[in-house]
Amino acid sequence: MPVPAELRYTKDHEWVRVDGEEATVGITEYAAGQLGDVVFVELPEAGQTLEQFGTFGVVESVKAVSDLFAPLSGEVVEANAELAGRPELVNEEPYGAGWMLRLLIADATQVGELLDAAAYEQLTTEA
Amino acid sequence: MGVVGERLQPSLFERSRPGRGDGKIPHPPQDALDRLPGPARRREPPALPELNEPEVVRHYVNLSQLNYAVDTGFYPLGSCTMKFNPKLNEWAARLAGFAALHPLAPDAVAQGTLRLLWELEGALAEIGGMRAVTLQPAAGAQGELTGILMIRAYHHAGGDTDRTDVLVPDSSHGTNPATATMAGLRTVTVPSAPDGGVDVDAFRAALGPRTAAVMITNPSTLGLFEERIGELLDAVHAAGALAYMDGANLNAILGRFKPGEAGFDVMHFNVHKTFSTPHGGGGPGAGPVGVGERLVPYLPEPRVLREADGSFRLERAGERATSIGRLRSFVGNTGVLVRAYAYIRAHGGTGLREVSDDAVLAANYLKHRLRDAYDLPYDRACKHEFVASAASIRRRTGIRTLDIAKRLIDHGFHPPTIYFPLIVEEGMLIEPTETESVETLDAFADALIAIAAEAQSEPQRVRDAPRHAPVRRLDETTAARQPNLRWRPSAGGVMPCPD
Repeated sequence: MPVPAELRYTKDHEWVRVDGEEATVGITEYAAGQLGDVVFVELPEAGQTLEQFGTFGVVESVKAVSDLFAPLSGEVVEANAELAGRPELVNEEPYGAGWMLRLLIADATQVGELLDAAAYEQLTTEA
Repeated sequence: MGVVGERLQPSLFERSRPGRGDGKIPHPPQDALDRLPGPARRREPPALPELNEPEVVRHYVNLSQLNYAVDTGFYPLGSCTMKFNPKLNEWAARLAGFAALHPLAPDAVAQGTLRLLWELEGALAEIGGMRAVTLQPAAGAQGELTGILMIRAYHHAGGDTDRTDVLVPDSSHGTNPATATMAGLRTVTVPSAPDGGVDVDAFRAALGPRTAAVMITNPSTLGLFEERIGELLDAVHAAGALAYMDGANLNAILGRFKPGEAGFDVMHFNVHKTFSTPHGGGGPGAGPVGVGERLVPYLPEPRVLREADGSFRLERAGERATSIGRLRSFVGNTGVLVRAYAYIRAHGGTGLREVSDDAVLAANYLKHRLRDAYDLPYDRACKHEFVASAASIRRRTGIRTLDIAKRLIDHGFHPPTIYFPLIVEEGMLIEPTETESVETLDAFADALIAIAAEAQSEPQRVRDAPRHAPVRRLDETTAARQPNLRWRPSAGGVMPCPD
């Protein structure tokens, strides 16, 4: 499955789109496929501070409950409220309407610690 | 295609007809309601269904015949130890002296039950290599909580209040991290080694002055015995932490491995699994906890005590100030404990060792039979259960483990546990137990092999399964996303509790 070239990734299958001082976060199509149908997403409230690679929420599918890990440190600007009523967006449009968080980036140099698309794609094909 | 088959039937509320129940069964006197004080009476009578007795009996008997149980067929549900439950246990648990004993009966008239509990504690202590046992916890998960609360009390008694971390491997039962959280501690998950075992070096690195406990399931949820358990326990104790053994998989090691002798400080027994009580559908179970010398002072109260004259009594509240207190009402689920006692006494030490030997043999036999049709991600000698995977089948055909599990229902088998442990892609955890004949094991293996072939030749038949069950493929996703927790009659029925 295609891995968008413009995004960065964690080894725990979150993606992040950096846009100036802000970042948008979600989980990858690969992760959504492995989880199966997502039935519930628990996200933090705006204003909460996240640490890079710390947990920021929980995604629940018919198969499993998994922690979500923040790709970058920062303050939550907005959580995707749409997911409360339509968790299936995570499966349908993982890189679009299924986004989870918008963050105010605390330390832009942390982006260097993330995987680029090629490295992430390799991770998922090895698995 | 609907999901409901013809063997399902309308509910009693839908079958209700006004007046049908009148006069068919004894009724209270006409003025019974008038004898109740006004404020205690409902304004309207409850809308209970009205049927005659044969309709009610047939309704429930027909529903009961839709059940799949270990008494009707093979039930290889991994991690659950669905062994056959000897009927002798049922006879023992129904003896009036046990079954009709009032839970508040004075010790003097409860000597038989108290003696049984005391002897069962002793038997479990011997099996686990432990110093003492509490029978109180109602199931394994409460046993875990009991154990971790005792470990916390032990550290606190030593003035050591900084120990807040509980280390668990990533293959652990979900109850382990839940237990740590319930006890106010923090879970630290340690990845498994590539061979599926505990990564001793990763554990060593995670151990420290903040580690309260390590929780290990041995054999693991992959059905593998932890070869380096002694080394691991030495490291745990060197760091000042205590070791908890999750006894979920005890059926593999009876008479072969005593956790207490290996160095575990505390463990629980799922007696409803290992020592046979019917336990589908959530219970009841019992989760006795065994402890080594260091944790004896913290055992829950009341313990069963034997007096110098040979009589038995329950410890009085507050008699032992170091106790973590009471975990459950009365002395535990005694019906389950009587069954465990009957099972242990009927087998004896030699018999229990044979139970484990046969359980391990059955699992290895099944694993061997499946090796050409399924992936075996951890292909070494297993204990009482093993993980097979349909990852290659899925890549080749698109058929998933879930489809295979549903198709097994058409072959007359209860599916194994699927998608657990989480670290195995398209996993199925298969635990045959010691009570199945080689013919049954072969029939199950033949069914799984046939389904693997069918995934290639006629995948749609696998996707459409089950075809012959009371209900077809259920929409689990919508059920989870939009749970409908309230029953409403489809047409013409009585609404029991109107809005």
